[in-house]
Amino acid sequence: MSILVQFAIGLIFGLGLILAGMANPAKVLNFLDLAAIPAGRWDASLLFVMAGGIAVTMLGYRLAFARGRPLLAERFVLPSASRPDARLVTGAVLFGIGWGLAGFCPGPALVAALTGGLPALIFLAAMLAGMALARRLAAAGAIRPAEPRRTS
Amino acid sequence: MIETTFTPIASLAGGALIGLAAVMLMLFQGQIAGISGILSRLLPPQADGEAGGRLAFVAGLVLAPLIVYAAGSAWPVPQIAATVPVLVVAGLLIGFGSIWGNGCTSGHGICGLSRLSLRSLIAVATFMASAIATVFVTRHLL
Repeated sequence: MSILVQFAIGLIFGLGLILAGMANPAKVLNFLDLAAIPAGRWDASLLFVMAGGIAVTMLGYRLAFARGRPLLAERFVLPSASRPDARLVTGAVLFGIGWGLAGFCPGPALVAALTGGLPALIFLAAMLAGMALARRLAAAGAIRPAEPRRTS
Repeated sequence: MIETTFTPIASLAGGALIGLAAVMLMLFQGQIAGISGILSRLLPPQADGEAGGRLAFVAGLVLAPLIVYAAGSAWPVPQIAATVPVLVVAGLLIGFGSIWGNGCTSGHGICGLSRLSLRSLIAVATFMASAIATVFVTRHLL
């Protein structure tokens, strides 16, 4: 049951990305190109993706949390680290450079696995390698006692 | 650059569907819909026994284009302008950065901002600024 539900949620998420235009890197890059505003060539669509996504999630989370516990799990698992740190900012800077170079982020990269041909698969493979590397480094840092660090 | 058209209605509706999926994952499984977190936890070392559900979620994302096609729409082909070396560098940065910064466009941008998380607000402002700067450099300076 839980497996089927998560498959269905993945499908809905993917449909949303496609309908929104987020699954198309050209659209993402044209949104990030603020210098195109004076020429009237800026594609502001992604602002509407964020607005729609946040409005529904903000309201829906409130209703979900009001139930006290999830339908198919023991508890709500929420990130516990609340204070921003240098690592968060470093990660976000690197993420942004990658996003601006290719126009893909992780969800759209998965949606493009069947539709984007070899270039999309190459991106996906590199992305997984980057994730594996970060996990390895983070794990190595966690057993080093020098610097206590809160993880989420 | 590849021209695209402004699609406010479709993008708003698509965003709402993304939000619906995020709410459902919280309501049913109690989980944040962060794609980078879900995907990366499928890589070794796996810490818990939840790989099946994560794999099902990822399979849904990968197979979503088939639904679009079955519904009679065109096969949703992404327009990729980047060359292979750029795709490799970008992929490494996206993968590494999303894990190092504890989230990506979905986890921080949709779920975190909806929870009014300060960390997510800082992450989103940072990666937006860095992505906008990157596009400015590659399109207008180089």
